[in-house]
Amino acid sequence: MRHWVRTIWNTRGLARWILLAGLVLVVAFVVMAVLAPWIAPYDFNQTRVDGDKLPKLAHPSGEHWLGTNDQFFDIWSRVVWGARTALEVIVLSVLFSILIGVPLGLVSGFIGGWADRALVFVMDSLYALPSLLLAIVFSFLLRDALGGGIVAAALSLTCIYIPQYFRVVRNTTVSVKQSVYVEAARAIGAPPTTIMRKYLFGNVVQSVPVIGTLNAADALSTLAALGFLGFGIQPTEASEWGYDLSRALDDAQAGTWWPALFPGLAIILLITGLTLVGEGLNETLNPSLRRRRLVPVRMPAMGPSDHYGALPTPGRGPGGRP
Amino acid sequence: MKPEDVVITTEDLRVWYGTAGDPVRAVDGVSFELRAGEILGLVGESGCGKSTLGRGLLGLMPDGAERDGRLLFRDKDMLTLKRREQIALRGRELGLIFQEPLTRLNPLMRISEHFSETLKAHERGITKDQIEHRSLEALRLMGIPPTRYKAFPHEFSGGMRQRLMIALTLVLRPSFVVADEPTTALDVLVEAQIIRMLHDLRDTYETSLLLITHNLGIIAEACDRVAVMYAGRIVEIGDAKTVFRDPQHPYTRELLRSTISLRTTGLNYIEGAPPDLSDPPPGCRFHPRCPDAMEVCAVRVPEPRQQPNGSRTECWAADQANGLVTLTEDERIPLAKEVIAVADEA
Amino acid sequence: MSSSSGGSLARYIAVRLLLVIPMIWVLLTIVFVLLRVAPGDPVSAAVGGKLSEDALDTRRHALGIDRPLIVQYLDYLGDVVRLDFGHTISDNRPILDVIRDQGGATMTLTIGAFLFAILIGVPLGRVAGRYRDTATDAGIRIFGVVSYAAPIFWVGIMLVLVVVKLFPGWPTYDIASVQTKFLVEPKTHVLLLDTILAGDGEAVKDVLQHHVLPCFTLGLLLSGVIIRLVRVNVIQALQGDYIEAARARGIPERQVVRRHAFRNALVPVITVIGLQVALTLSGAILTERTFNWPGLGTELVQYVTARDYVAVQGLVTFFALVVVIVSLLVDILNALVDPRVRY
Repeated sequence: MRHWVRTIWNTRGLARWILLAGLVLVVAFVVMAVLAPWIAPYDFNQTRVDGDKLPKLAHPSGEHWLGTNDQFFDIWSRVVWGARTALEVIVLSVLFSILIGVPLGLVSGFIGGWADRALVFVMDSLYALPSLLLAIVFSFLLRDALGGGIVAAALSLTCIYIPQYFRVVRNTTVSVKQSVYVEAARAIGAPPTTIMRKYLFGNVVQSVPVIGTLNAADALSTLAALGFLGFGIQPTEASEWGYDLSRALDDAQAGTWWPALFPGLAIILLITGLTLVGEGLNETLNPSLRRRRLVPVRMPAMGPSDHYGALPTPGRGPGGRP
Repeated sequence: MKPEDVVITTEDLRVWYGTAGDPVRAVDGVSFELRAGEILGLVGESGCGKSTLGRGLLGLMPDGAERDGRLLFRDKDMLTLKRREQIALRGRELGLIFQEPLTRLNPLMRISEHFSETLKAHERGITKDQIEHRSLEALRLMGIPPTRYKAFPHEFSGGMRQRLMIALTLVLRPSFVVADEPTTALDVLVEAQIIRMLHDLRDTYETSLLLITHNLGIIAEACDRVAVMYAGRIVEIGDAKTVFRDPQHPYTRELLRSTISLRTTGLNYIEGAPPDLSDPPPGCRFHPRCPDAMEVCAVRVPEPRQQPNGSRTECWAADQANGLVTLTEDERIPLAKEVIAVADEA
Repeated sequence: MSSSSGGSLARYIAVRLLLVIPMIWVLLTIVFVLLRVAPGDPVSAAVGGKLSEDALDTRRHALGIDRPLIVQYLDYLGDVVRLDFGHTISDNRPILDVIRDQGGATMTLTIGAFLFAILIGVPLGRVAGRYRDTATDAGIRIFGVVSYAAPIFWVGIMLVLVVVKLFPGWPTYDIASVQTKFLVEPKTHVLLLDTILAGDGEAVKDVLQHHVLPCFTLGLLLSGVIIRLVRVNVIQALQGDYIEAARARGIPERQVVRRHAFRNALVPVITVIGLQVALTLSGAILTERTFNWPGLGTELVQYVTARDYVAVQGLVTFFALVVVIVSLLVDILNALVDPRVRY
């Protein structure tokens, strides 16, 4: 663990700034999500205040910082509550993917044989399919059973990312399995399970954070896409940025810009933040692309050879070094 | 030796690499002359700076590296030359033959395209026919049939690829060629062929050659003069036969002793490892491993001096033995060798 | 050594084609399984409230979903092989007709988008790779990240807002004006081609104008990926040994970058661009919805909303096939370009 922290700390140049910028963005949204009830002036589906209806499509003003949309919602509130929705969904979906993909990869790699090969083929095929298409199919399937809430949305996204974790873990398991048997033959040192656990753990922990962050970015993008198409989180369940954008579509033709601009910016910033973190981590941990800062060479003038003074007095070591 | 015969002159040439910490002093004050038609062998252990020197002469250095000192090609000052002029000279007058031919050719380009690109870069207005004529001529000299002219690099064996590389380098008839371990990656028979070819070229075109290798046998066979390099400096340089017959520097002696021949009964090796070039030892750089080291060697850097047999060497022991310097009694005390700890090795 | 390029290329293609079959089979099975996993039955889901129980039973029988699953599965496979993608539940239309009628619009959208993406992405990626770690590189990479992060439908909406403000009158939705659609004869079912075939200059211009915004939008999305790819490949190509050898021969730096690094960097990029078909498909679905584009994406969304599972199954099957076939074509293209790729 300390080794990675030091590696990250030692990275210079672009990779470091990328990582930092990403972290700042992500943390900002996490804070927004956690403190939503206190930051947002209105509830996510609030259209009235004290019995009076909120204005429709009001310009951004002191009253409504980001204006209101065509459903009488306050846009700033929708953005803030949307952050909570977004983070809940992506955390859940990535978590589910890991919880299913990692053990599946382990088992498959361990068992080997035709079951393993079949599973690999299936996973590769799944991986080849467009993620949005898979998400649409799953939300289509789960709509009747689970409704249109956060869990349903998260599960729709889960299956998209399972193949990635499966692949990484399975490949590592297979290579560890092969080398473990070789080592067992030599019978030196710790028992095979310890080696396997350590090597596996190390390798997996190195790639999972990068994959996970980039998955999170993709999950958010897909969630927003689903919401835009009307297959995502239903407006009665929670505030979702993509859905708001679908409502803003018609208004845009008339030149009304604020219902579209702000939810969109939120999506961009959070996805960018997550991507930057993922890419920053990747450049840090991936040596081939890493570049260290070179100290510029300054050559002292060439004297009549580098004399190092007179002969050392006896008692000192060779080379004149004390 | 007429002065106009001299092709390359270096004086205290330094090539240092930038790193995250202290710079690596890969070439740290190298001086020599190379005349037309002469083959100078450059020999030394891995990591002594031979490749850096070879590339440094052409100005091919990685990012963050700097050159210093004096480097003249004929009478042009290479270190102050504008970048564009340097690039123009490269290839045209200064050639480089690399060690691993497998990766040195663009896998997506045919051989003919390699040739035409090279020729067009240096001779504007050259026609397609001329290109083909010159290229096939160069290939013929290297024993490659014209039917392979349009082939791709991966269709050739290692030995042929090296011959291709040489043909490609020589099609422009440069006056000076650096050959960086040209035969290390090849088998012995091919090696002999290539060496013979390099000789033929020297005889025909008066090309000067800097032949970099760690193989003393090749030096003995192919070179007029030899320079022995250690830790970024040339420790001995002279006529090849003389140096082999009468080595002045202890390192040269040790190198010759380590060579394996059919008469070898026991393995000789030099203890220790080459020093860390970012922090070389004080005084003579060879002193930690030198069997003839004296107290003075650890403190004062020996000056390069012409020895009576004609070789130039920088060694207190040689100077003392040949009466070129007078050292005090204290200075001549043999150096107590410290056991070289593993951690000291580069 | 190796034989001439001709013979082994044919062998490569043959082997590659053979490999495609199991992949398609797996994908079809996945699609079938996924869509049967839905709880409840599709007919009720689609038309449940509108018909009597008997009518629903008739429908179910007509669709054959009261038969054992394995029979349905084999039927499904057999149908697909004959390019029969079924009939929609809602309006009993052959899905093949749907594909035929709306596929052209999606195709022209996609091709136009790729053109934009390459025009934007390749030069930018190359500059970024050449001037690595400079401010230019940073700027281009940020652009790459943001163009991928910005939801394509948002970009589309923003562009619409800009165009409505700056170029009033420029078409911002649909594939052509009502007139053009009405007047042009659907011969190839690709509107752009039909207008060209009809020789109607005004109509062609109209259709092209309508293409600009949607293609540019989708193209921006794809360019982000391309920039990243080209950049990484240029960097790695520049580290190649043959680069140093070329420099040693005195080839000018600009030519070294262009001819050696850049061209070699493109080889893997060609493959990966082609493999972005998955991304392109997703992007196309969203772009069509944004611009009211009458393509297959819009159809899919419509049928999903209508809970018409047969239509969804048919369209998803078609998309899966497209993905596999395009990746096959890209592999073959790659083999053509890179003489080292052979079996």
